[in-house]
Amino acid sequence: MNAPQKPAMKKVINESGIEVKPLYTAADVAASGGMEMLGEPGQYPFTRGIHREMYRKQPWTMRQYAGFGNPADTNQRFKYLIANGQTGLNVAFDLPTQIGLDSDDPLAEGEIGRVGMSIDTLRDFEIAFDGIDLKKITVSLTINGAAAILIAMYLAMAEKRGYDIKELRGTAQNDILKEFIGRGTWIFPVEPSIRLVGDTIEYCATHAPKYTPVSVCGYHIRESGATPAQEMAYAFSIAKAYADDAIKRGLPIDEFAGRLSYNFNIFGNIFEQVCKFRAGRGLWAKIMKEEYGAEKPGSMWLRMIAAGGGGGLTFEQPEVNIVRGAYYALISALSGTQTMALCSYDEAYTIPTEYSARISLRTMQLLIEEMGLTETVDPLAGSFYVETMTNEMRKKMEEIMAETDAQGGIVKMVAEGTIQAKVSSQAYQMQRKIESGEFPKVGVNCYRNEQEEDHPVEFHPYNEDDARVQIESLNRIRAERDNGKVTEALTRLRGDAAAGRNVMPALVDAVKAYASVGEMTKELVNVFGRYQEPIRF
Amino acid sequence: MNATERRIKVLLGKPGLDGHDQGAKVVARAMMDAGFEVIYTGLRQTPEQIARIALEEDVDVISLSSMAGSHIPFCRKLKPLLEANRLDDKLWVIGGNLPAQDHEALRELGFKGIFPSGSKLDAITEFIRREVK
Repeated sequence: MNAPQKPAMKKVINESGIEVKPLYTAADVAASGGMEMLGEPGQYPFTRGIHREMYRKQPWTMRQYAGFGNPADTNQRFKYLIANGQTGLNVAFDLPTQIGLDSDDPLAEGEIGRVGMSIDTLRDFEIAFDGIDLKKITVSLTINGAAAILIAMYLAMAEKRGYDIKELRGTAQNDILKEFIGRGTWIFPVEPSIRLVGDTIEYCATHAPKYTPVSVCGYHIRESGATPAQEMAYAFSIAKAYADDAIKRGLPIDEFAGRLSYNFNIFGNIFEQVCKFRAGRGLWAKIMKEEYGAEKPGSMWLRMIAAGGGGGLTFEQPEVNIVRGAYYALISALSGTQTMALCSYDEAYTIPTEYSARISLRTMQLLIEEMGLTETVDPLAGSFYVETMTNEMRKKMEEIMAETDAQGGIVKMVAEGTIQAKVSSQAYQMQRKIESGEFPKVGVNCYRNEQEEDHPVEFHPYNEDDARVQIESLNRIRAERDNGKVTEALTRLRGDAAAGRNVMPALVDAVKAYASVGEMTKELVNVFGRYQEPIRF
Repeated sequence: MNATERRIKVLLGKPGLDGHDQGAKVVARAMMDAGFEVIYTGLRQTPEQIARIALEEDVDVISLSSMAGSHIPFCRKLKPLLEANRLDDKLWVIGGNLPAQDHEALRELGFKGIFPSGSKLDAITEFIRREVK
């Protein structure tokens, strides 16, 4: 028999460790804390949503993660997605760019343009965003280790095209602490890495006040093995570390907190996820108001992208991932997210093709156009189950944050590898549960295709020649640019980094002189050093 | 494991620039639970580093976890280095995001064990136990 064994009325514990009952009543809601944290949409504590009208006014932004090959290839894909109704961009960079290497660095060989687009200088950004209206289409840069450099590059590119930087919107991921936990695109040691995040927050607060310099990611911590409650609790602890750095610099909370945003994952049990988001919204508002004394409502908003779901997709029966993606999109819509993106059905294999990216886009559009998800705010509110679970998830997150503080705080735990060890231990236990069938996964440990082969996936092709083209273009820029100006800018960058001054002005100047990502990174490494990974698992 | 049996020593490396190490760490734990001694390299290893650690640690198995698609160019550089260090009598194993169309090429590059995502942990450890003599 292919179906998973499920004895009737077995005790059910969700991934976050909370028992799920077969029936909830008003008594459960009352026992879990009642409706105290519920409120109205658009009002503190924002559990029901950060805006009063939510999707009635404007549906979520659709922002598929995209980028590969050269900037010109990526520009085409951007235009394809926009032509198909995408309303924002989420830029994927290749690994050399992500860890601050130029395309001609020997370590970059074989990796150029593979998992994202290759960027060396401002010229590449000019090409990548050519013909795209940056006022209509906001751009999110998925960049962390090299974030300060690429934020500088984005601002310089926009300014060169005549946009008013004071009005420019957009986002950078720029959450380095989670890179030490999962994803791994760190460059500098922990302390200077946090300082660089602080530099971007401080710089943007003055120069680009509508730009979102940080999107704190529970997402990758969840992918690395964290539970949904840990995902959100660790993200809040990390966001507090960045906020504390900004406050130490003398920035008032209300001057920057409104420009912090979040990135969370959407795979797993539908109700647990939706309650995670509702609980998190209330908790973050409470933290900002009570712990940080924020006064502006915007400072208390949990603005987020609820997206992806990669950790839930399977190699087996890949076309079934289209259906999983549709449920994940439903979770995201019910969660009151500002932005949505879906991993495509082939992403367990490779980066998406145009075809699979379009299916993801259509999945989100179906919810807006056909399924009524934009008509009513927070439609699950008032359900005995949902309100009880929202209260219990919030309590769970508070417990995890208190534990983290008791163990010395998130920065210390990340630097020592304690969080890494904890989530990787959980990932191992989960893998064992999947292999034993204890945690059902359709197509993996139940309902496998025994009679026929899995439907093959068409692969996004990797163009080996992209590397040569990119290196030639970099060499051309090095020959054409004013190298005296570059040296001057790089010297200033190193000086500012060493003196503890905000490096953003020097980075913006260096970028404008067409200094490369690798050249700027080297200057910073000379001052900050490189991160040494604690091998703990 | 029989007390008189020698403990199998495995190098588990993360080649190239990719930082997705959840799988590598899960496999490392499975190997330790199977009684192997595991040398996990951490991220961003060059072919030279992998070959050097394999030699210095005198491992029985050289295993790699690759998730971001650069496995073929990496293994092309690694093979001659392992051979030059006389590590070609060791068991070479690779796992991760490895499309079926690349398996033949990996076998030709000397990788006897190929474990694409979705492989079971016990299948990996049983293979290693069987192949290491």
